[in-house]
Amino acid sequence: MTPMPHRVEPARHSELYWMLSDSWVLTRRSIKHITRNLDQLLSLIIMPVMFLLLFRYVFGGAIDTGGTTYVNFLVAGILVQTLAFGSSNTTVNLVLDLRRGIIDRFRSLPMYSSSLLTGHVLADLFRNTISGLIMVAAGLAVGFRPTADAGEWLKVLGLLLLFTFAVSWFCAILGLVVRSLEAAQWISFIFIMPLTFASSAFVPTGGMPAALRVFAENQPFTIVIQAMRAWLVGTPIGNDGWLSVVWCAGITVVCMPIAAWLFRRQARFPAL
Amino acid sequence: MDNAIVVEGLRKSYGKLSVLEGINFSVRRGSVFGLLGPNGAGKTTTIRILSTLLKPDGGRATVNGHDVVTDAHEVRSSIGLTGQYAAVDEYLTGEENLLMMGRLYRLSMADTKRRTAKLLKQFGLVDTAKRPLKTYSGGMRRRLDLAASLIASPSVIFLDEPTTGLDPRSRLVMWDIIKELAAGDTTILLTTQYMEEADRLAEYIVVIDKGTVISQGTPGELKARVGSERIELVIAEGSDFAAAQRAICAEGDHADPKKRTISVATKGGVTELKDVLDRLTRDGVEVETLSLHRPTLDDVFLTLTGHAASPADANGTSDGDSKRCEAPNAEDAKEKERIKS
Repeated sequence: MTPMPHRVEPARHSELYWMLSDSWVLTRRSIKHITRNLDQLLSLIIMPVMFLLLFRYVFGGAIDTGGTTYVNFLVAGILVQTLAFGSSNTTVNLVLDLRRGIIDRFRSLPMYSSSLLTGHVLADLFRNTISGLIMVAAGLAVGFRPTADAGEWLKVLGLLLLFTFAVSWFCAILGLVVRSLEAAQWISFIFIMPLTFASSAFVPTGGMPAALRVFAENQPFTIVIQAMRAWLVGTPIGNDGWLSVVWCAGITVVCMPIAAWLFRRQARFPAL
Repeated sequence: MDNAIVVEGLRKSYGKLSVLEGINFSVRRGSVFGLLGPNGAGKTTTIRILSTLLKPDGGRATVNGHDVVTDAHEVRSSIGLTGQYAAVDEYLTGEENLLMMGRLYRLSMADTKRRTAKLLKQFGLVDTAKRPLKTYSGGMRRRLDLAASLIASPSVIFLDEPTTGLDPRSRLVMWDIIKELAAGDTTILLTTQYMEEADRLAEYIVVIDKGTVISQGTPGELKARVGSERIELVIAEGSDFAAAQRAICAEGDHADPKKRTISVATKGGVTELKDVLDRLTRDGVEVETLSLHRPTLDDVFLTLTGHAASPADANGTSDGDSKRCEAPNAEDAKEKERIKS
């Protein structure tokens, strides 16, 4: 078959080029969803600031954090919680896309349809970087006094991105497993709340019952929080620096292929 | 290769619910093809299979010679799909939507921009190009949706009920756009619940119901069977309904004794109308009301299958207990045929 002369021909590039191009196009789309949606913008700002103020002033006086002030202790914990909730937007946004007609259009295009996942995950990096900055600024306003030097700030930013990337891929799996928007909104809660509260985010783990304490001291959220805290305010870091990187890499390596597989499976058997 | 789309024995079921029970048709390259049927007939399922969104359980289908299952990627490069629900992004502007689709169709940046500008102009969306879609009306959204599926100027376009839910004015605009597309060498497969729409746009129509093809032909051929204009009569209470039926009913007509209505197929024109009234007067039948209308999907179905369009009637004007008329006596039918021609 000879193509008609006036038809537009696809541009010729390598498959890798198109894979990156598709991901970039859809990442930009997801970022515009964040910046143009007032609900998403507000939740991005209000949630972390509210948590910070509540914990700082309600619990602050009653919790003994040893050598450092409570607000210095708290910021790393609230930061990691904020990042986790930020990543859970991937769950909701994915479910929204899958329920709307637009998924049919994407699937009927000669694109890498899994770049839809990449788009949401990469947009979370953007979202969480902004949230992180707001968190730190709000912390400074209520007495947070970091001791980090430039190198340590860079490490904090790097871990912020790694952690977001890992949790977002996990949240992508949740978005592909649940069927309804309602479920998408609470399912990430079930994972994030216990992981942030049974950790050293808000209180030192020393006062917890033995079994809970073992869990709290060894689960990835705690390790990431401890690493952040060490870089920000100079608490002892121990093995938490490299362990946090290993955890994030591990979660990503496991969750990414599962999400991609689930997505392809859904593409073959789309919900009616 | 004369046919852009070939469908052979296509079957699909969702669990126990069989949606397509082996349908066959082919679409000539460059033509406009109409798939006509009520809700649940299998129209959308057919389009979803042809646009590679769904795998059939049996049979095969090709688009531009590429198998929709094994050569899905090739098929996707040459088709445009406009579904029943606008598949566009709410938060992006009209222009951004088209630019995004162009890149995802793998056009070069320059081609994407050129095509976007052209389509915005062609579809009357230049003024609103920089506004997010949330501010668009239903008609504008559909137009943008269609523009998005045309960004790579595909050689085959699928339109799934392109005017369902649109107000009459937007519908006319959409029809004009589709006609314009059809004037090029693009192959268009459209589904519709409206006989009038199929008649106006399609060169060839396949009527499907419950997953099977029940009739096919050019609009002219279908109308020859259904009538291009129908006379709808309500017989007065005092008159003999059976006598009225005997006087005017022939093949292609239908009658509902409960509602006392008779629907007569005609080619339009006053001669036939006068003839029908003359016959009734001759036999002493009084007519309560009379109206002329274009054949609806129900008329098509009643005439072709003897039952109303199912399960839900498309236009909300169900004929209830209407029954197809068999010619009461051959002579009458012949006489009527003579007058018609």
